[in-house]
Amino acid sequence: MQRYLATRLLALIPVLLGILAVVFLLIRLIPGDAVQLFLGTQVEMTPEQMAELRRFFGVDKPIWAQFVDYLGRILRGDFGVSLRTSRAVLPDIMARLPLSFQLAMFALAIALAIAVPLGILSAVTRNSAFDVLTRIGGLLGLSMPNFWLGAMLILVFSRYLHVSLGQYVPLRQNPLGTLESLYLPAIALGVAIAAILMRYIRSSLLEVLGQDYVRTARGKGLRASAVMLRHALPNAMIPVITVVGFQMGYLLGGTVVIEEIFALPGMGRLVLQAIFQRDYPVVQGVVLTIALLFVVTNLVVDLLYAWIDPRIRYG
Amino acid sequence: MPGSIRASDTDKALVAAGPRLGTGWRWWARRFLRNRVAPIGFVIIFASVVIAATAPAIAPHDVRVMSPEDALSPPGGRYLFGTDEFGRDVFSRVLMGSRVSLVVAFLSVLTAVAMGTSVGLAAGYYGGWWDSVSMRVMDIVFAFPAILLAIAIMAVLGTSLFNLVIAIGIVYTPQFARVARAAALGVRSLEFIDAARALGMGNARIMRRHVIPNVMAPMIVQISLSLSLAILSESALSFLGLGTRPPTPSWGNMLSDGRQLLELAPWNAVFPGLAIMIVVLGFNLLGDGLRDLLDPRLR
Repeated sequence: MQRYLATRLLALIPVLLGILAVVFLLIRLIPGDAVQLFLGTQVEMTPEQMAELRRFFGVDKPIWAQFVDYLGRILRGDFGVSLRTSRAVLPDIMARLPLSFQLAMFALAIALAIAVPLGILSAVTRNSAFDVLTRIGGLLGLSMPNFWLGAMLILVFSRYLHVSLGQYVPLRQNPLGTLESLYLPAIALGVAIAAILMRYIRSSLLEVLGQDYVRTARGKGLRASAVMLRHALPNAMIPVITVVGFQMGYLLGGTVVIEEIFALPGMGRLVLQAIFQRDYPVVQGVVLTIALLFVVTNLVVDLLYAWIDPRIRYG
Repeated sequence: MPGSIRASDTDKALVAAGPRLGTGWRWWARRFLRNRVAPIGFVIIFASVVIAATAPAIAPHDVRVMSPEDALSPPGGRYLFGTDEFGRDVFSRVLMGSRVSLVVAFLSVLTAVAMGTSVGLAAGYYGGWWDSVSMRVMDIVFAFPAILLAIAIMAVLGTSLFNLVIAIGIVYTPQFARVARAAALGVRSLEFIDAARALGMGNARIMRRHVIPNVMAPMIVQISLSLSLAILSESALSFLGLGTRPPTPSWGNMLSDGRQLLELAPWNAVFPGLAIMIVVLGFNLLGDGLRDLLDPRLR
């Protein structure tokens, strides 16, 4: 396992450098001068003053040297300063990170809670009315825009069920309050993942049920429940873990859209606001943070997979 | 799945037994129609394309005309889907909105296919340094959550239809690169490629005659599924204000406006969302069906 961990961590380095390069270059692609962007259009300056500022920001150096500077700053935890509030970017992001992460994890939990039982039942009762209905439901869930589902949930809950949609409550303050403030957004975000996982669990279980070892288990007279619980399900669920890994990107990226519709003060709202205010250091910081979060969660999922399935570790 | 293996065996038997039956388009059409979901998906997509193409002619009202006296009328009567806060007809706007969604989806997936396939085919067929470098680059694009990368690209490039196509196209490129690479890798070591080379065929010709046809099946499935994702991405970006801007109606920006009116006039948010769902469902059904038809192994 240590060996596997080491190779996985080493393989991460080029990806991390790549992510940093993309985030760094993102800002270089904006037409216009970096210093001018910082100053805005109102400020008039002499060429000498401009050159001085360029030296101050380090944008007079060649681009690779600027990238090295950027890497150094990121490693020291310096994500730059907001052009609007003049505050350091990283603390602002860290303050909003818990909400977005909790929302993504809560959505994943809801998705699993829906997908696992439905997927298994659907496979076991293949081609029954239940199976057909579940599959149609899965297709609809897959086709629904998450932000529209969010709007519809708000509509139904506030207009018809008269449930007040409360403000976000931090986890440390009151965990139950957090759940209460995030369950509707988490449903909106989780339904599509539930649909994907359900379809996958169904086909994975059907495939396993057709395997020789399941036939052997049945043949030696094991009860159907024992065949299912001991032989079929564990093997069917292992590949599902990788699919969960793939969907982390959807969950983390989706928080941007879902936070917007539910007016939640997470990283997503921060980045949207920053985009409309042309506050590029904040945009850079949030994009980098979410991408890093994606890489880390993916790594955790892969390690979990390797821990459960020895074939991966030693393969 | 055992069932599908048997099905493809009978197909082979059919082909072997009667060359008269042929593997021409009639044979494919018959198989396509026998599939349970693909024809439904096809009909939905075909209908949406027709609606998008003829929208200005079939829309009952001009989408730009404001009639304040009819503002926020509920669905029914003169306005099938009701009106928005300016008294514009929601039904006509939903019809017109299909144009942006479909045009952006088709063009962005076309971009992704063009970029991804060329990168992936070259990587899989030639291997070597190009393979490792290009696939590392694709890994990096893949390391960003799709919608976040699209948002970031739109933030940098600015909002326009062209930029929307570029942003969504870039995001979906790696998937095509991977599919094309895997297929090219699978074909490269087969004997008929060696035979073709022995006959003196050049790389370009082998690619065109032997590699690309073998990539088609997984590619078509991927295209259909990516179109559904592209529609969702476009609507999400427009919803966030980073895609199509008003007054051009698109389902995403209609939903964004409709959200402000959720309490007063929910139909402004309900119908554009339903439209997105139906079209996305169409692409999903088509994709699922085509996967069953073309590539039983992928199930």
